[in-house]
Amino acid sequence: MLNITHISKTFNPGTVNEKKAITDLSLHLAPGDFVTIIGSNGAGKSTLFNAVAGSFLTDSGSIVLDGQDVTFMPEFRRAKSIGRLFQDPMRGSAPGMTIEENLALAAGSGGWFSHMGQKDRKRFWDRLALLDMGLEDRMKQPVGLLSGGQRQALTLLMATMNPPKLLLLDEHTAALDPGTAEKVLKITREVVAEHRITTMMVTHNMNQALELGNRTLMMDGGNIVLDISGKEREDLTVRDLLEKFKANAGKALDNDRILLS
Amino acid sequence: MDPSALLAVGQTALELGLICSLTVLALFLSYSMLNVCDLSTDGCFTLGAAVGAMVAAAGHPLLSVPAAMLAGVCSGFVTAVLQTKLGIDSLLAGIIVNTGLYSVNIAVMSGSSLVNLNKKDTVFTMAKDLLAGTPLEGQYTAVVAALAVVLTVAFLTLFLNTRLGLAIRATGNNPDMVRSSSINPVFTTVVGLCVANAFTGLSGCLMAQSQKSAEINIGSGMVTIALASLLIGTTLLGRGSILVRAVGMVLGAFIFRMVYAVALRLDMPAFMLKLVSSVIVALAISVPYLKQQWPTIRRRLFYKKAAAVRGGN
Repeated sequence: MLNITHISKTFNPGTVNEKKAITDLSLHLAPGDFVTIIGSNGAGKSTLFNAVAGSFLTDSGSIVLDGQDVTFMPEFRRAKSIGRLFQDPMRGSAPGMTIEENLALAAGSGGWFSHMGQKDRKRFWDRLALLDMGLEDRMKQPVGLLSGGQRQALTLLMATMNPPKLLLLDEHTAALDPGTAEKVLKITREVVAEHRITTMMVTHNMNQALELGNRTLMMDGGNIVLDISGKEREDLTVRDLLEKFKANAGKALDNDRILLS
Repeated sequence: MDPSALLAVGQTALELGLICSLTVLALFLSYSMLNVCDLSTDGCFTLGAAVGAMVAAAGHPLLSVPAAMLAGVCSGFVTAVLQTKLGIDSLLAGIIVNTGLYSVNIAVMSGSSLVNLNKKDTVFTMAKDLLAGTPLEGQYTAVVAALAVVLTVAFLTLFLNTRLGLAIRATGNNPDMVRSSSINPVFTTVVGLCVANAFTGLSGCLMAQSQKSAEINIGSGMVTIALASLLIGTTLLGRGSILVRAVGMVLGAFIFRMVYAVALRLDMPAFMLKLVSSVIVALAISVPYLKQQWPTIRRRLFYKKAAAVRGGN
């Protein structure tokens, strides 16, 4: 589904602030893979997501998504097949527009001059009802009135309205309170399972990293230092994971927000 | 002030308010929706006036309207390309276009800074002939302007609820989200500014024809006047559907003209118009800000006082 071959990205090359964010990274994802990613601060997790989503172009290497070379494709075009959620729940929706207007824009059905019809509203209502947050009865309210958790759930719905080929989740529950985070995670699980969306999720919760999905990557220094899946992953505990990281990266996992339990 | 004088004041305010409300609606699209303060408005207004007047003077009053709007679209396109494709700050892009338009406008008026439309057919004289004998006979200016405003409001209400319209609104609200909906924000900005400037051009065209002349300074200060009207309208009807908010814009333009006309009657000299509009814009934007800052300001004031007391002991 996703084929990343030897990509690199250096910020501010040739200056004192030079930062090699990704160095010669390759990764292959099979269709339906749900990969969790953990790593130290500055390991390149978000840079990897930015490179895949097209927020910037890579310095070398190629990215192929479902057989299509997207290496030089601008971000807004890639967005057709890539859904993305950020840690900041405010980033994914327009606060000044109503819930149904946000959904209509994300749904993207019809031509430029099409209007939202009753059929669209019914569809949005059904989808919102699945969230079980009461949003289906507030469709005419501006999104700015929603809480962070509600907005993140809405963004998730918007990103998966037309099931994308690849879903990028960048610590999308980290800024939410534990209860809401649990809820958003549950919805994530359901949506991903329903459409069998290939998913990459950055998390700082080690348990979550092992519990969710079918594969776990650990990143350090701009590359993948550990890639575990299958039987080996099933038997792994958080302690094992940390030890493996230390063995492969040559240092202890250093993330100031890491959750071990 | 006697009633008949007041009526005359109201009449002028209504006509000017309606014509200028087209520019306010243009800013409603660019400033309120797209979040771009389009400083080319003055020049674009004059461009519409110049193009409209030239076409009307050549004997095609009906053609003058689409011609002026098309000229506005071109001006908006240049402003949009400068800020989206050539890395020029949006305010500066507007200023650059505005400056350039001064020369363009004089060139359009074949090197003169004034085009006289006396004894020429305009959309207003046509309406006057058309309305002769009906109860609206004396109201031809207001009728034409009202028709243009109603059509513009209807268009904006429909347009801003289409998928393209939603995308334009989202561009001003959260461009990240537009990109993630696989829409190019460059495209939405270009379309938004082109449409907005079409209405600015239309506004200028009608203004010139209603006063039977286009001159190079007809649009000077227009952006501030329109912003003042827009802010008044937003205060009155800032929430609700697009239709309600667009009507608020028209209302704002009328109220602004009304206040100004009454002030003129009370012996305020005519040249004060621009100072008044500047003050309104400055106040309308700064008051909400100061309101928000007030708790901090108050705390600092009291803090200093308390510190003085402490220090005095």
